[in-house]
Amino acid sequence: MSVLRQTFQRLLALFRRDRLTTESDREMASHIALATDENLRAGMSPAEARRQALIRFGGLQQAREQHHTARSIPALEILSQDLRYATRTLRRDFGFAAIAILILALGIGANIVVFSVVDTILLRPLPFPEANRLVRIAPKVSKCGASCATYSTDAVQEFQRQNKSFSDFTGYDAFTAPGNWKLTGSGVPLPVSEIDVMDNFFHTLGVRPLMGRLTFTAEESRPNGPPVVILSYPFWKRQLNADPNIIGKSISFSKTPTTVIGVLPDTFDFGSVYSPGTKMDIFTPYVYDRVREYGNMLSLTGRLKPGVTLAQAQAEANLLFPTLDGSVKKGYKGGYTAQLWDLKEFVSGSLRRSLIVLWGAVGLILLIVCVNLSNLLLARAAARSKEFAMRSALGAARSRIVRQLLTESLVLSAAGAILGLGLALAAVFYLSHQGSIALPLLSSIRVDKTALIWTLFIAVAAGLLLGIAPGLRISSGNLQDVLKDSAASTTGGRGTARLRSTLVVSQIALACVLLIAAGLLLRSFLRVLDVDLGFEPSHASAISLDYADSGDPVKRGVFDRDVLHRIEAIPGVQTAAITDSLPMSRNRSWGISAKGKHYEPGELPGTFVYVVSPGYLNAIGMRLIKGRDISWDDIDPKQAVVIVNETVARYLWPNEDPIDRIANVGGDEARVIGVIADVRETTAEAKAGWQMYISAAAPQYGPADSQLVIRSSLPAQTLQPTVLATLRQINPGQPAADLKPIQLLVDRASSPRRFFVYLVGIFAALGLILASLGIYGVISYSVTQRTQEIGIRMALGATQGTVQLGILGQTLRMTVLGIVVGAIASLTISSFIASLLFGTAPTDPATFAVIFMLLAAVALAAGYIPARRASRIDPMVALRNN
Amino acid sequence: MAESKLDLLKGTLDLMVLQTLIAMGPQHGYGIARRIEQVSGDEILLNQGTIYASLVRLQQRGWIAAEWGTSENNRAAKFYIITRTGRKQLEKDAAYWRRLAAVMGRVLAMESDGGDK
Repeated sequence: MSVLRQTFQRLLALFRRDRLTTESDREMASHIALATDENLRAGMSPAEARRQALIRFGGLQQAREQHHTARSIPALEILSQDLRYATRTLRRDFGFAAIAILILALGIGANIVVFSVVDTILLRPLPFPEANRLVRIAPKVSKCGASCATYSTDAVQEFQRQNKSFSDFTGYDAFTAPGNWKLTGSGVPLPVSEIDVMDNFFHTLGVRPLMGRLTFTAEESRPNGPPVVILSYPFWKRQLNADPNIIGKSISFSKTPTTVIGVLPDTFDFGSVYSPGTKMDIFTPYVYDRVREYGNMLSLTGRLKPGVTLAQAQAEANLLFPTLDGSVKKGYKGGYTAQLWDLKEFVSGSLRRSLIVLWGAVGLILLIVCVNLSNLLLARAAARSKEFAMRSALGAARSRIVRQLLTESLVLSAAGAILGLGLALAAVFYLSHQGSIALPLLSSIRVDKTALIWTLFIAVAAGLLLGIAPGLRISSGNLQDVLKDSAASTTGGRGTARLRSTLVVSQIALACVLLIAAGLLLRSFLRVLDVDLGFEPSHASAISLDYADSGDPVKRGVFDRDVLHRIEAIPGVQTAAITDSLPMSRNRSWGISAKGKHYEPGELPGTFVYVVSPGYLNAIGMRLIKGRDISWDDIDPKQAVVIVNETVARYLWPNEDPIDRIANVGGDEARVIGVIADVRETTAEAKAGWQMYISAAAPQYGPADSQLVIRSSLPAQTLQPTVLATLRQINPGQPAADLKPIQLLVDRASSPRRFFVYLVGIFAALGLILASLGIYGVISYSVTQRTQEIGIRMALGATQGTVQLGILGQTLRMTVLGIVVGAIASLTISSFIASLLFGTAPTDPATFAVIFMLLAAVALAAGYIPARRASRIDPMVALRNN
Repeated sequence: MAESKLDLLKGTLDLMVLQTLIAMGPQHGYGIARRIEQVSGDEILLNQGTIYASLVRLQQRGWIAAEWGTSENNRAAKFYIITRTGRKQLEKDAAYWRRLAAVMGRVLAMESDGGDK
């Protein structure tokens, strides 16, 4: 109790320093006066009385200091003194301080941003209660896109009934498309992204409603049940002006009044967990009995019962999944397998390595920043060596001077951290509002408490790292020698020079590692961009088509031809066509096999199926290798036609001409009329799978929602109004959807790679700039130090050339050493980034060579400026200027 | 002469100050120092200035309180007075010292039993 009180009083004393000092001085003066009085009374002379009083008191200054130490906290006082001194020195050297703080801010800011990303995607649990119990269920081997990652309604309901591992088991319809619904009401209909989720979907995830409820009733999940909808937070805010009384009100989708039963909280973002880079606006009930016979529809998530491990659940799934029905009514088993993933692992596991590399890169940047500033501080310390020697001679302990230097570097790093935090907040805000980067959870990145603690940690670490080199220098040097040194001394301290060169070498080495990593990633990225996609995204764009024909295939055919006819009449449009799905977006797969041949069960992979109009191949830019395109005459159900890709043709009809062969397509026969070059249907990096294209005009395949693809030399933005106006003439119900360039789809598929390449590239560029600054600083400093020496040598006959060469040689030695160290380090870690590369060896000689040359060129350029200055030295001036 | 004086053990000065204040009532620093010197029969090595570090410590702990006043010969001086917690603390510390002194006395009174054979 009394100790607490004392500590508090001592802290208080820090702020009342002056008053307390005056008071104690007054008290001691009164002490002396009282003692003198007494001595006078004892008969001493006034002078002797006072002298005796002072002797008995025993050292006024000592007592003062004792008193001061007792009442206050000396360490804190020294700190505040050092802080004041540090800010004063830095203010005096404003240019240096500004540059140092800016560099630190860049380094620390980059670290905060990357940490926030890493923290959100990798470290933090998913934003759901008890997220560690959430499990994603997917087939063990996925041979085709979404169709093979999903399960049938019957299978899911059977598993729900039979399993003992899950407290909740749910799914969502994996075959939705952006803008598949339209919001009608006043004015032009607006496209809305809708998805069907099972009644217990939000309950399983543990999402709490902002308003209303988030579960659908059995009644609502039945065909012809009351239409209801749950709104996402952004949709509610944007489209409904955050109406607080929205629950129970009705909004119109495609002119169907739909009751709002719930609003999701701001923290829930479907896309960021399940489908990075997309936004879902509204959620409607999965109507089991409407889609029961549609095959595999559901993408699954479950919540383990408390105490059940993933392995136990997996063991149960291994037993149950193969027994589940594909369809009870049609009487076939689904042949399912199930791999259980921790949901978090499923969402972000594949990004772990990229993120760790990114984290490493940004850590290297901070290291380079520290080494660079350390070097600058070292130069400053050398320049201030007289000051330190003086203070030391006046009684400052060496530790006290080192402490002063550390305080200075900590002040710098603290200022850098504050500025960096500001930069990071801006960058994080930008990233979290970026819809086009297909990284999971990106919308929820924040600079949170953990990130702030991390900031504090790196700021302190950076501060210590910065101050260590100059501190060591000071504490190891002989201060008396420095004082004795004459001003004209040419030795800037051999030790300091060596230390500074070592720092520059390590800086070059670090930059080299960063540049090589960035170079390899960039080369991979260029390779990805270079991949033959099998279609031509440039000059093609697409818009969602709306129909008002309630699914009548005959009306649909007429409508489609009308649309294409009128769109192709727009000036600038070369060709137009219709497809149900675009490449690199939604996909589904059926089966295809050669008629009359026998295949093992499970031998043939699922085949991506696209229902397209005549001219689609042309519009999207796919290349027909053999045969012909679909035509408007291919509408006879008895003479169905199909176009396959090369991979399919090669497997089903090896060494045969596939044209006019009969294939079994999803249970019906179809004649192969053409073969196209393989198309990368999911990303440029994945190999092409099996693909087939069937006619949208053939009624047996049933009308689906459609994308209108337009090839035109005009940009999509220019075309958009005309196209939309034309579509709205034909069908007033056409929502105001965007005409989106196909390139966007390609870009989104490669956006994670682009994101990492850009970031690592920026860091590498920063590293290069810092390293060149470091070289420049050291060489330039050594030239200044050696002005006199160079002057003498030139007076003795050295030419400008030899002087320049000597200095460039010094630069080159450091650079080569740095490059060698960096290259060795790069080779040791290259296997780690190997899996992130595409079509590039981790030891790619071209990349290494280019980086070496780049580094050497930049280093020589940085060294050339001081070398030039040195060769211009006038010997007379240099020698006279003692 | 200096050799014959006793060095003060850590913490003992605080105790002496508290006891002096109890005995004398409100007193200024000089008075306290003088009194300790007198009572100790000048056997303690005490720079009078040392007393002020002790006084500020005791004050911060809340064991004594201080107020400016006037001395009998009309000089301004800071007067200290012991507080209630100070009295309690003194009781505790004094008891401790008495025990320690008694133990030390007993230990030092041990006779040699010729154990150095």
